[in-house]
Amino acid sequence: MSASQVIKKSDSNASRLAITFSVLLLLALLVPLLDQAYYTKLVSRVCVFAIAAVSLDLIVGFSGRVSLGHAAFFGIGVYSAGILAQLGITQLGWVMPIAFMAAGLVGCFIGSISLRTQGLYFIFITLAFSQMIFFIAQGLRMYGGDDGFRLPAPTVWVEGFDLSQPKVLAYTMLMVLMAVAYVAHRLMTSNFGQVIIASRDNSRKVNSLGLQPYPYQLTLFTISAAMCALGGVGFANLNEYVSPASISWVQSGEFLFMVILGSAGTLLGPILGAAAFVLLEQILSAWTEYWMFYLGIILMLRVLFLKTGLLGLIAQERT
Amino acid sequence: MSQPPILETVDVVKSFGALMVTDRVSLSVYPGEMHALIGPNGAGKSTLINQITGELEVNSGSIFFEQQLINPLSAAARSRLGMSRAYQVPQLFGTMTVAGHMIMAQIASKNQGFSMWKKSAELHELSSAQQDILQQVGLLHLASKPMASLAHGEKRQLELAISLSCDARLLILDEPLAGLGPTESEQMIELLRRLKTRYGILLVEHDMQAVFSLADRVSVLVNGSVIASGTVEQIKNDPLVKSAYLGDELEAH
Repeated sequence: MSASQVIKKSDSNASRLAITFSVLLLLALLVPLLDQAYYTKLVSRVCVFAIAAVSLDLIVGFSGRVSLGHAAFFGIGVYSAGILAQLGITQLGWVMPIAFMAAGLVGCFIGSISLRTQGLYFIFITLAFSQMIFFIAQGLRMYGGDDGFRLPAPTVWVEGFDLSQPKVLAYTMLMVLMAVAYVAHRLMTSNFGQVIIASRDNSRKVNSLGLQPYPYQLTLFTISAAMCALGGVGFANLNEYVSPASISWVQSGEFLFMVILGSAGTLLGPILGAAAFVLLEQILSAWTEYWMFYLGIILMLRVLFLKTGLLGLIAQERT
Repeated sequence: MSQPPILETVDVVKSFGALMVTDRVSLSVYPGEMHALIGPNGAGKSTLINQITGELEVNSGSIFFEQQLINPLSAAARSRLGMSRAYQVPQLFGTMTVAGHMIMAQIASKNQGFSMWKKSAELHELSSAQQDILQQVGLLHLASKPMASLAHGEKRQLELAISLSCDARLLILDEPLAGLGPTESEQMIELLRRLKTRYGILLVEHDMQAVFSLADRVSVLVNGSVIASGTVEQIKNDPLVKSAYLGDELEAH
């Protein structure tokens, strides 16, 4: 294949990607205008999960480590919205940054320990930490313990303009998702991203070039955790409820499902993965009680037949 | 030699349990000198290199880089001082292009890894010095190719190119000729000849013809200890070396 053919092929890939995501963006922008709360909430749900999936992709796809604990950071976002509302703080300008900082701090701590391990151990340590946070949340008697609690008040942009209104929530989470994806893209195409990718490919060589991967990976883990919590704030508002279930390892598994379904290490893939997950969840659960079973089959098909995930269906990766 | 050595090991000892893999090894490399380390398989050459670069800790003994004791430094810190290593099995980045490796080397040597927002350099932004290095090792025409598509010899050339673009003053080359075809081999030897005055080089190599034509000094490692060290002529004529290692190989030439 000549060089010009390669370029042409990747050009058509790029334009197909551009078309797909323009259509998705247009849908996300237009659907809330139908004033059908169900569909508007669906858009919010996709965005909320996509924020978490893009954050997780930084770790799974680019750092090359499987975290089974990202629901912990998502949950910190959920509980931040709830607890702050309980304390009378509902302004978005406070809630989002506080959730972001809180999850960043916890992420920095968890990352500082778990990043010293590799492979299976990393999976187990992130899982263990998230289970600890899950049980802490369950033990918060004043915040409903096991059952969780109703979100006392929605997060507010300005008076009369809050996230309990489906349209406001959908557009807000769409904005946050775009910001998160843009930041993640900038990070991964910067020098910092190159060091992260190089460390994933061959950490020994990175060391022998004079760089230690650890501080880079810890920085990325902290950012990923912090961004994940922004999705959690949206999730609390979407359900108008704060529940420890949002921290469970099942939730972590679902995030992982979205990342893998879409294609890890691509940032766009996990957004597709989140959209597909939410749609499948709606369609299948309306049809059968055992929808998780069919979701499992779909993931198996993806792993067996789609080498580069859903994203690969749109833009076949060059070999 | 008027200048102090760039690398000096003094009585370095390493054992794995009862197995002595490095037995009081003392050697030095001077600026602009190529010091070859030869010895049969299992003599402990790579283990010694791992101790010099900091991937393995020594049991005892001292390692000096430009007269600074570097025993307590990590591999990354030693690399930052100005030593660069090319591995026996090329250690590269599986998903990067040839140019990507050069950019990574630049990021590392300028310590700009925490530039988190500005787009990283691209192929067409390779500095002329880096293009020059790629030209020297014979990879410039492959700059845009993924590393994974390179032939084995080209991977070796790439690893050398990375080392050359790190602003190192000491190169540690672990069998740079292994697995190269005859023409590639010749090119690599020619390249090493051109490089040797500009760097201190510690060369581990099995190709004796290459060693004897390139090296200024040779040390022979057998069972973890240096049994002889000297100029090429001295080593060729050393009876101990002949019986322990060179024997048949010399007579064949």
